[in-house]
Amino acid sequence: MARMKFLCDADRCIECNACVTACKNEHEVPWGINRRRVVTLNDGKPGERSVSMACMHCTDAPCAAVCPVNCFYTTADAVVLHSKDICIGCGYCFYACPFGAPQYPRVGNFGSRGKMDKCTYCSGGPEADFSTAEYEKYGSNRLAEGKLPLCAEMCSTKALLAGDGEMIAEIYKQRVIKRGYGSGAWGWKTAYRETVAI
Amino acid sequence: MLIKRRSGEASRSKHQAVAAGLAAGVLDRRAFLRRSGLTAGALAAAGTIQLGAVRKAQAAGSSAVGPDTVIKKNVCTHCSVGCTVTAEVVNGVWVGQEPSYASPINRGTHCAKGAAIRELVSSDRRLKYPMKLEGGQWKRISWDQAYEEIGDKLMAIREKNGADSVYWLGSAKFTNEASYLMRKFAALWGTNSIDHQARICHSTTVAGVANTWGYGAQTNSYNDIRNAKTMIVLGGNPAEAHPVSLQHVLSGKEINRANMIVIDPRFTRTAAHATEYVRIRSGTDIPVVYGILWHIFQNGWEDKEFIAQRVYAMDDVRKEVAKWTPDEVERVSGVPGEQLKRVAEKFAKEKPATLIWCMGATQHTVGTANVRALCILCLATGNVGKPGTGANIFRGHTNVQGATDLGLDVTTLPLYYGLVEGGWRHWARVWDVPYEWLQSRFDEVPAQAGRKARTRKENMEAPGITSTRWFDAVNLPPEQIDQRSPVKAFMVFGHGGNTVTRMPEAIEGMNKLELLVVADPHPTTFAALDARQDNTYLLPICTSLEMDGSRTASNRSIQWGEQIVQPAFESKNDYEVLYKLATKLGFADKLCKNIKVENGIPVAEDILREINRGGWSTGYSGQSPERLKAHMRNQHKFDLITLRAPKDDPEVGGDYYGLPWPCWGKPELKHPGSAILYNTNLHVKEGGGTFRARFGTERNGATLLAEDSFSKGSDLTDGYPEFTFGVFKKLGWDKDLTEEERATILKIGGEKPDTVSWATDLSGGIQRVCLEHGVSPFGNGKARANAWNLPDPVPVHREPIYSPRPDLVAKYPTRPDERQLRVPNIGLTVQKAVVDKGIAKDFPIILTSGRLVEYEGGGEETRSNPWLAELQQDMFVEINTGDAADRGIKDGQFVWVYGPENSSKAKVKALVTDRVGKGVAFMPFHFSGWYQGKDMRDYYPKGTDPVVLGESVNTVTTYGFDPVTGMQETKCTLCQIKAA
Repeated sequence: MARMKFLCDADRCIECNACVTACKNEHEVPWGINRRRVVTLNDGKPGERSVSMACMHCTDAPCAAVCPVNCFYTTADAVVLHSKDICIGCGYCFYACPFGAPQYPRVGNFGSRGKMDKCTYCSGGPEADFSTAEYEKYGSNRLAEGKLPLCAEMCSTKALLAGDGEMIAEIYKQRVIKRGYGSGAWGWKTAYRETVAI
Repeated sequence: MLIKRRSGEASRSKHQAVAAGLAAGVLDRRAFLRRSGLTAGALAAAGTIQLGAVRKAQAAGSSAVGPDTVIKKNVCTHCSVGCTVTAEVVNGVWVGQEPSYASPINRGTHCAKGAAIRELVSSDRRLKYPMKLEGGQWKRISWDQAYEEIGDKLMAIREKNGADSVYWLGSAKFTNEASYLMRKFAALWGTNSIDHQARICHSTTVAGVANTWGYGAQTNSYNDIRNAKTMIVLGGNPAEAHPVSLQHVLSGKEINRANMIVIDPRFTRTAAHATEYVRIRSGTDIPVVYGILWHIFQNGWEDKEFIAQRVYAMDDVRKEVAKWTPDEVERVSGVPGEQLKRVAEKFAKEKPATLIWCMGATQHTVGTANVRALCILCLATGNVGKPGTGANIFRGHTNVQGATDLGLDVTTLPLYYGLVEGGWRHWARVWDVPYEWLQSRFDEVPAQAGRKARTRKENMEAPGITSTRWFDAVNLPPEQIDQRSPVKAFMVFGHGGNTVTRMPEAIEGMNKLELLVVADPHPTTFAALDARQDNTYLLPICTSLEMDGSRTASNRSIQWGEQIVQPAFESKNDYEVLYKLATKLGFADKLCKNIKVENGIPVAEDILREINRGGWSTGYSGQSPERLKAHMRNQHKFDLITLRAPKDDPEVGGDYYGLPWPCWGKPELKHPGSAILYNTNLHVKEGGGTFRARFGTERNGATLLAEDSFSKGSDLTDGYPEFTFGVFKKLGWDKDLTEEERATILKIGGEKPDTVSWATDLSGGIQRVCLEHGVSPFGNGKARANAWNLPDPVPVHREPIYSPRPDLVAKYPTRPDERQLRVPNIGLTVQKAVVDKGIAKDFPIILTSGRLVEYEGGGEETRSNPWLAELQQDMFVEINTGDAADRGIKDGQFVWVYGPENSSKAKVKALVTDRVGKGVAFMPFHFSGWYQGKDMRDYYPKGTDPVVLGESVNTVTTYGFDPVTGMQETKCTLCQIKAA
């Protein structure tokens, strides 16, 4: 079975935010919720680099470890998903996540949180594939259609790669060998406990 | 533990869920998260966002339809890269966007704008029906009422003040067909004051490049940059303005381990990926280019053979370059000589090398000269006309190249036919409209202020007023405006109101207009400036995604876009509105004499066929709608780098993608288009060519024709002039013409058949025979290092009008005051006053402007898109950390930016950064809706206000115009910044 991963090639990312709006477009994500975002380091200085970030779908995901109601689960493709029916919006996962992925709608005054929302790797949720219920709660299910997450598919410079971990690592490796530099597979050590060896 | 199995089988479409919802009439895609309790709070937090009625579901109707998803392909309406947009349509509703992997240009990808483009069509902030301003209040009216009232007013104004008193502004977001139709419309109305956004983006590029080697366009393509070993990006930030182009740029950089040099006053997001960044003072491009050339000539790195064969008067440039020693270059531009030596050596020796530029080079009072200097750098190093080389000019809007080609320009007719009798007669023949009737439509201009009177014919041949000066043509004393009357009415199609400099004066002009009509998907800034009470109309126009038509990308590839969905709300397409308006004005029969009109709408394909019938001069003759549609069907067959399809393909065999112009002869000739201009290594039939012999054959005893250089397989093995029937007879090639072709030529030529040329021969015979002989129809000339017809034949440095270096103004003054394009240009007077008054002391910071990736142009459309608006919610000014510290300004706080004219000021947030150097500030130009600190949201018609509003940078920009094209100065003025 494939092990799905994300890899952002920071030497290619130009902070164009296509991944952000592609996600909004695909899932109709409302204002205020950002399943994906681009973070720029050393903004405006030599060495400026941008990285597109979302849920990395970690191996032994820390969000799942801290969830008091056990709403997280890992699919056979190693995608980390959660059930909004079970989620109580406690926010623990936000503190556990090394990537700041979990998002919460503000549903009332005094900062009370709604149910957590995050990147689904374009693969829906626990409901039946393509069901209206799945679509309403989690957005579309591209993976079940045989497609990859739209953010990576639409990345303007093909910096953001999605797919089987071994395949995208190989693509990245070839790229680095060809061009002679690479700042590494950002976040991989944290998420997957491995790096791409060049 | 929850587990859902994935079989990995793609059995059903996600659209079944969507379609089911649509069929039930209850669910649109927007509704899904709302139901999960996600949106309520988020929306409240957003404040201004209201997800209105479920328009899409209503549009789909409630009849049960199966999961039929129709795929439609169009082209992104934002920048000029030309990304294919693949839309999934269910029940007439655009429900999803898929990556367009087949397109050789974008290969599935988009930037933030392209990935969010579906929202343009479903936006509830669009202008929904025609409106008029009555006593300062917006009122809904019907289309019929709009046509009637606007038509009557136009006729009354024309009666009283003449045809030139109505100013027509077209759009770079038009399709080619709409551009052409509007240019024709203006001709039938009887004015040359017809312009569009090219004026304020690349008009100087078109003038500078065309005057160097023939055509005003990108010589190579985005894809071809993959071949470059060295690339210089000067005055451009494609990472934000053309993000998808970076896919090709960065691939080239990686595959060839190419040098990527960025020259810019600002350390841009593009510079962040460069191998070398050169920071210059804004407005010193010519000193920097000459600084590079100084090292090239000094070390003998120039391409001597190329210069001898294909360049005229390079020695004139050497003399000017000799003045720009490394010391003087550093004194003026701030760039150390050693750094430029490194750049020079790479550009001249690590070939192929390409030059990429955008508005940082063009939007200056020396814009045309800048562009000329850049072309000369390419010529000196032999970096033109081969793969991996060239002037890769990234145009701005989706169809700014096409709209320029099709003549939305005050100095040309469609396809660059000049405003001379020959040009007019050519189009009169194509249109089947009597030349004399066209002439009768133009004003007679009386003598005034010492200027001679103009007859109708002379006025017909006089360039119009540029869009940068429309309000000067309203505000100035009438005797200073060289036409019958000042401008009284302004017809704006698809153009923001905040894109032209000196906004306070533009508002004054708006006040004085007798009629203002804005035809656009959005109300635009014009609606929100509190300048008018009455006689103002808003016409809802659909986007190009909601209509058929072709668009020309920056690389000259023409792509056919098919209508994705029906126009939203009551909006209509440009074809219909122009046709209906022409009907009211009484010349619809002439506008569409040979164009089919179905249900009151001119047919796009038929308009293109008319363009084909007349577009010989630029090779717009071979791109029939059928061929273009075949290209869209067969996108996947075109090569990523060469853009060429395999020769054995039955439909598109051997073609370059989008038949990049020139695509010679009639469509049946199957010319493949020209992916790289002036490429002598290819046969003309294969897209090869030479420099255009456009400027005669000889000057001051020196030949203007190429020497020992010709395109592959040419029957003529030396330079040659452009081809006419007369030249054909001398060569004996007239015998190769068919009887039919000869008859057409003789009919066109009348008493002077010898003058019928490759550009006026409607039979296409001259071009066909040229191709048989392997020669370029437009001749084989030399590119000009000295363009004697321009104000500065060899570019010279001139300080900006608002120079931060008054000490340099005496040595490098701007050009003397002069009358240009019907209005005075008093640049030198202003520059003197700036020095005399010591403006640079009171306004010590250089102000430059540019793009953000999320927004585009005036920004009304993109700021109305919540997916984009969320990413940039505030107008800002980038201010250097040192300057901010001096002023006690903290990051994120409000500041006032003061401009040196009109006591102007703008309230914006401070972004404190070293991205700009000390003494430099940068503001994006996409914002409007605030004016000098005041929020103008209430002035928009209800429900059409963009999500994000902000101050327009052009509130504080200043005087300054290029002498050739009237380009405005937006990249270099002065300002002061204080904490608010």
